[in-house]
Amino acid sequence: MSTAATPSADVAADAAILSALTASLGDGAFTVARFRDNIRIHVTPERLIEVLTALKTRCGCVYLAELGGADYLKYPGRSGTRFEVHYVLRNLDTSGKIVVKAGVDDPDPTLPSVYSLWPGADWMEREVFDMYGIRFEGHPDLRRILMPDEFTAFPLRKDYPLRGRGERHNFPKLTREES
Amino acid sequence: MPAPLLDEPELDSEAKQATWTLNFGPQHPATHTTLRLILELDGERIVKATPHIGYLHSGFEKLGEHLNYNQYVTIVDRKNYISPPMNEVAWHHAVEKLMGLELTPRCQYIRVIIGELARISDHLLCTGAAALDLGAFTAFLYAFNLREQIYDVYEEMSGYRFHPGYTRVGGLLYDFNDRVLDKIRKVLHSFPQVFGDMSKLLFRNRIFLDRMRGVGYLSKADAIAYSCAGPVARGSGVHYDLRKDAPYLAYPDFDFEVPYCEEGDCWARFMVRMEEMRQSVSIIQQAMAKLPTGPVNLPIAEKLNLPDKATTYNSMEGLIQHFELVMPNRGFETPVEEIYAAVEGPNGELGYYLVADGTEFAWRVRTRPPSFIHFSVFPHIIKNHMLADVVAVLGSLSIIAAELDR
Repeated sequence: MSTAATPSADVAADAAILSALTASLGDGAFTVARFRDNIRIHVTPERLIEVLTALKTRCGCVYLAELGGADYLKYPGRSGTRFEVHYVLRNLDTSGKIVVKAGVDDPDPTLPSVYSLWPGADWMEREVFDMYGIRFEGHPDLRRILMPDEFTAFPLRKDYPLRGRGERHNFPKLTREES
Repeated sequence: MPAPLLDEPELDSEAKQATWTLNFGPQHPATHTTLRLILELDGERIVKATPHIGYLHSGFEKLGEHLNYNQYVTIVDRKNYISPPMNEVAWHHAVEKLMGLELTPRCQYIRVIIGELARISDHLLCTGAAALDLGAFTAFLYAFNLREQIYDVYEEMSGYRFHPGYTRVGGLLYDFNDRVLDKIRKVLHSFPQVFGDMSKLLFRNRIFLDRMRGVGYLSKADAIAYSCAGPVARGSGVHYDLRKDAPYLAYPDFDFEVPYCEEGDCWARFMVRMEEMRQSVSIIQQAMAKLPTGPVNLPIAEKLNLPDKATTYNSMEGLIQHFELVMPNRGFETPVEEIYAAVEGPNGELGYYLVADGTEFAWRVRTRPPSFIHFSVFPHIIKNHMLADVVAVLGSLSIIAAELDR
């Protein structure tokens, strides 16, 4: 393995966000993990909105760069929750960024929606719902976005096969006369 | 200049019934790709627009969990098929960050060159098609003619015109040869003429100006709140560019400007794209002038990238490594970790959230697609405009359906 990538100037800005967050909430609200130049904090769903609001209002992370989910079913060496949703926030002035992760579990994975903080989360949350079945409390219009409304499964879950379960073939066929 | 928005209409129940619904797409000549819009119209005025996506959905992210890090480059090519090399650069940027690899200087420069060529190619199509949709066919032909020359570069460097699949983990498929450099020089040589022709046709064109100015206004606060990036955000005065603000590859070596406008309308986004093309040309010129010599791939001892054909056929180590990498259940090991890495794509932040589980297959490949985010803004900025403005706004947001649906 070769040497790690050279640290860029924005690593310091990332650390500044983390220390500002710790100063405002204390370090009991989250756990920190670091990998390469990413600083990742894990929060519980109960404190998610509190942490994100603090990041937005007190740490200057006004920009929600990315929101997405992942399924960790049978992930090697994992004991935590099955699903995790990540939020990548940016501070546009200092170029710092931080990754916030919140875990949820079966049978009813639910997280609070961040739509009230960032309207840009609208479609991204809908996509996570569509692909993983994670519901977002407080989202104004939580519907499927990529899959048709009749679709019953969540295709990006790890227990959903690559070639599907034949749902597509069971959709009602609309003829031209009926349409 | 902000859009002269009409007041929200106070419709009584009778007038409400007077609105009618228009299905715009999925396959409509003016949307270029498969987009579906349901427009609620009051006469010609748009009361409400509801985008429906998913028509093209082909499970690209699921495929990413079943193809290895080198194979998946053929899928990322097809996400934004207007600028495939930029997707490749973004994908392997994320993979290399996950692995903690430092590319050779020559490889970094070549990736900057193909990335900027892709940006020019994307912006040419976007600005040209914006003109085409608003009635200026000639400008589109000029733009597309230059795109053909950029395809010639792709063909010479990789053998494929449309989806090059040129990057590999830790390097590239082939090194640049002299003919590639000649063809890039030809593109750079043609660019000023094309830019001049397009600007003469469009910059003072009364029809074009009137159709673009004040249309699709997006304020700076909204651009940030809706997570817009790239030319859409910079057209609204958000001065943010990952090439400058979170530099990657060899971008700190180059001298260039990040153009931005305050107006926030279609015209501002158009002008930002036009100026960005000139900056990209300047970056390519600088990169060509100081293109480092040396290998493009990491040394064979890293056991990461496929060795080139000469090494494979002429050395035992090369043959073994090639075998190890292409056989199922072999390949390289990755850390059991996750990472977010992004580059500045032609349309904005193009990021990957990668979860790796130690094997050569990614556990989770999440794309942060700029078109997806920008299309969600569309209902907000098209409101109270005319039906004919739909194509102007769609064009200025540069919506790519394959990137929307993935």
